[in-house]
Amino acid sequence: MAQIKSPEELEKIRQEVSTQRDPNRPCISICAGSSCLASGAGEVIAAFKAEIEKQGLKADVDTKAAGCPGLCEKAPIVVIYPQKICYVQVTPEDVPEIISQTVVGKKVIERLIYTDPNTGEKAAHEDEIPFFQKQMRLLIGDNMKIDPKSIEDYMAAGGYSALNKVMRDMSAEQVIEEVSKADLRGRSGSGFPAGFKWESCRKSKGDNTKYVICNCHEGDPGAFADRRLLEANPHLIVEGMIIGSYAIGACEAYIFVGDEFPQTVENARLAIEQAEKYGLLGKDILGSGFDLTMEVCIDGGGYVLGESTALMASMEGRIGEPRMKYDHGTDRGLWAKPTVLNNLQTWANVPLIINQGADSFAAIGTEKSKGTRIFSLSGKIKNTGMVEVPMGMTLREVIFDIGGGIPGDKKFKALQVGGPMGGFIPENLLDLHVDFEELNAAGLAMGPGLVVADEDTCIVDMVIYHLNFLANESCGKCTPCREGLKQMLRILNNITEGKGKESDIELLELISEVQQDAALCALGQGASGPLLSTLKHFRDEYEAHIKEKRCPGGVCKALIETLSETSA
Amino acid sequence: MGVVTLTIDNKEVKAEEGMTVLEAAQSAGIYIPTLCHHEKLETYTACRICMVEVESRGRVRLDTACSHPVANDMVVKTRSEKINKIRKTLLELMLAHAPDSAILQEMAEEYGADKGRFEKESSFCIHCALCVRYCAEVKKKNAIGFVNSGTKREISFVPEIASQECWKCKECFPLCPTEALQAAYVLAGALTFPVAPFELR
Ligand SMILES: Cc1cc2nc3c(=O)[nH]c(=O)nc-3n(C[C@H](O)[C@H](O)[C@H](O)COP(=O)(O)O)c2cc1C
Ligand code: SF4
Repeated sequence: MAQIKSPEELEKIRQEVSTQRDPNRPCISICAGSSCLASGAGEVIAAFKAEIEKQGLKADVDTKAAGCPGLCEKAPIVVIYPQKICYVQVTPEDVPEIISQTVVGKKVIERLIYTDPNTGEKAAHEDEIPFFQKQMRLLIGDNMKIDPKSIEDYMAAGGYSALNKVMRDMSAEQVIEEVSKADLRGRSGSGFPAGFKWESCRKSKGDNTKYVICNCHEGDPGAFADRRLLEANPHLIVEGMIIGSYAIGACEAYIFVGDEFPQTVENARLAIEQAEKYGLLGKDILGSGFDLTMEVCIDGGGYVLGESTALMASMEGRIGEPRMKYDHGTDRGLWAKPTVLNNLQTWANVPLIINQGADSFAAIGTEKSKGTRIFSLSGKIKNTGMVEVPMGMTLREVIFDIGGGIPGDKKFKALQVGGPMGGFIPENLLDLHVDFEELNAAGLAMGPGLVVADEDTCIVDMVIYHLNFLANESCGKCTPCREGLKQMLRILNNITEGKGKESDIELLELISEVQQDAALCALGQGASGPLLSTLKHFRDEYEAHIKEKRCPGGVCKALIETLSETSA
Repeated sequence: MGVVTLTIDNKEVKAEEGMTVLEAAQSAGIYIPTLCHHEKLETYTACRICMVEVESRGRVRLDTACSHPVANDMVVKTRSEKINKIRKTLLELMLAHAPDSAILQEMAEEYGADKGRFEKESSFCIHCALCVRYCAEVKKKNAIGFVNSGTKREISFVPEIASQECWKCKECFPLCPTEALQAAYVLAGALTFPVAPFELR
C-alpha cells in the first residue's frame, strides 16, 4: 500500500476499497472476539475455510474473522451476508450444513438461530434479534462487517472519512468547537467535558510537546466494554485519537492497555502499523504538515493504574502509585508535558461527532448526557455481553429488555453500577436513567461495567469480594486506604462468620468516612462505595447476619451451619 | 519569589510562594503533626496525619499540609472536629501495628485515640516509608524497599544490597517512628543475608 499524501487521495482509496466490494457477494462473518475465541470460534473459522475449499466455493464465498458484536452469551456468533442471517453457538460440526443449507441453499437453519430467552420467539435476522434491536449501535453496529485486522474493512464501512473531513475542511479550533458543541463527556465515568480538556491542553503554555493518551486499562472486575471495543474495531480508536491529537496539537499518542489482553494488544498494534503504512500516522499526515506517532503502552499493574497520576507514573517507568497533584494534566501530565488523557470510549465517539455533526450527536440522550454509552453486562444476566444504549435509557431497560433479565427464574437482587468504587442498587432504583448527573446523585458512577446479582447472592459476601479486590489492586501507599480496607475486611469477615457485633456497622461507617475524607487518591476515597450503598439499600442483610446469625442469600457457610445446629 | 499572606488558625502568616502549608505553619510556630514527612526527602503524603482544612477561593477542602501549596488569602484550620476525627482514627489504625511507639502514643493522647480499638496487626510497620525513601533518595542505595501492593504491602531489605551496605550505615534506624526497624533488620539479616556482618551496635 502506498502512503497517502492528501485528503483527496484518501478519499479515492476509500472509494476504491468500497466499490471493489460487491454487497451481494456471500460472506460468512465469524466473531473473533475474545469470548467467541474462548468458545471455539477459532475452530469454527478453520472449519468454514476448509469446508468452502472442499465444496469448491472459494471463488464465490468469503469468510471474515470479525469484531465482536456484543452477544457474548451466545458465542460463537456467525452472520451470513448478504442475508444477514445470524447463527448462535455455532460449532465446527454445524459448518457443512450452514454452507450447503444457508450459503448455497439460502435456507435458514432453525436450530441455529437466536431464541429469545423470555418469549421463546425466534429471530433469524441480525436486525430482528431483540438484543440488538433495542440498542442504539452507533459505535459497535458495524463490528461484524469489520475484520479488526483489516484497515480496508474499516474504510469500506466508512472509516477514516472523519479524518478526511478534518484534514480537508477543519482547523484544530473547529474540531474542538465541534466536540464541545456535541457536549462529549468523559466516558470513564468522570463526565468531564472532553472539548474543554482538549482546549486547555491546546492553549497550555507549559510546553509545545504535547501528548495524548487513551485509557484502556479497565481494571474493574466484570467490565470488558472498553477493551472489547478496542479489540473489535481498533481503527475507530486510532482515528479518534489522530483527530484529537490534531486538534490538541499533540505529537505523540499512546494507548494504555493491560497485558492480560493479548488479542486486544495485538489488534491495536496492527491497526497502528497499518495506519502508518497508509501515511495516516507519521510525518506530514495527508499533506497537512501535522506529525503524529502512536504507540501501544502495555501495563501490567492492578486496578489503581487506571488512575491518571498512577498511569502516567507507570508510563514514565516509575512505580505506578498515585500522587498528590496541584496542576492539571493538561499543563503538566506525562513527562511533565501538557497531556490529554481520555477514556477509550471518549475517543471512540470522535469520528462519529465529526461525521454526523455535533447537533445530531447532541440530539441523542438527556439534557446533559449526550450520545450513547457502551456497557458490558455480566453476572447473573441472560445476555452477557457488550451493549450500546442511548443515554437516558433506564437501567431496567438495559438489564431486562436488552440483557434479558436473570437466568433460571431467579429473582433480581442488586445491580452494581460504576465498578468497585461505584455502588449497588436494589430493584426499586432500576428506573434510574443512564445519565451522569442522575447516577452520581444516587451514589453511583458511570463506569463501563454493569454487574447483576440474583437472590442467591449474599450482599455482605459480595461486598467482601469487592473490598478484597481493592485490597489487592490498590497501591497500599496511604494509611486510610490500606489500613482501612484491612480493618473493614476483618469486620465483615467476622460478620459472615457469625461473630458480628451491633457496633460493627458504626465502625464500618467511621472507617468509610475517614477514607472518603483522607485517602490520597480517588480509589481510597471511593473504596467504601460498595459498602455504603449496601448499608443504605440492603441494611437488613447486615442485620440478619449480625442479630439473627442468618445469611439471607444462603451463602455464608458458618451461619448456615449455626442455624442447622440450633434447629437440630 | 513573591510573598503571600494567609491565615492559619486565625493567625496571619507570611510565607514565600512555593512553600507548603506545613512549612508556612512551622515558620509561624504553629504545630501540625506529621509522620511520613522529612525535610530531606521528597513530599510523600502517605500517612495523612497532617490533614488540614484549607479554604481558598471560596472552596473548603481537606488536604495534606505537607503538600498543599500556600496562596494569598488562604484560610487554614489545623484543628476542627473533622480533622480530630480523621487523626484519631488514623492513629488507631496505626496503633494496631505499633502500640508501643512513643510518637504514636504521644499523638494518641492528644487525640484521644484508643490503641485497642482495632485488633493487633502482626507487622510493626506503619508504612511511612522514611527508611525506604531515605535509603533511596539520600543514600542512593535502595537497600530497603516495598514488596507487594495494597494491604499486603510491606518493607523488605534487599539481601544482596543490605548485606553490603546496611551494617556500616544504619542511618534509617532512628527515623523509624515505631522503633522496630532495627529489630526487623536483625531478623531479616538472620534469615536472609548470605554473608552477614550484621552485628549491631
Ligand atoms: C482507581 C481508579 C481507576 C481508574 N481506572 C480507569 C480506567 O480503567 N479507565 C479509564 O478510562 N479511567 C479510569 N480512571 C479515571 C482516570 O483517572 C481518568 O479520569 C480518565 O481516564 C479520564 O478520561 P475521561 O475524561 O475521558 O473520562 C480511574 C480512576 C481511578 C481513581
Ligand atoms: S487511596 Fe489507596 S490506591 Fe490511592 S494512594 Fe492511597 S493506598 Fe494507594
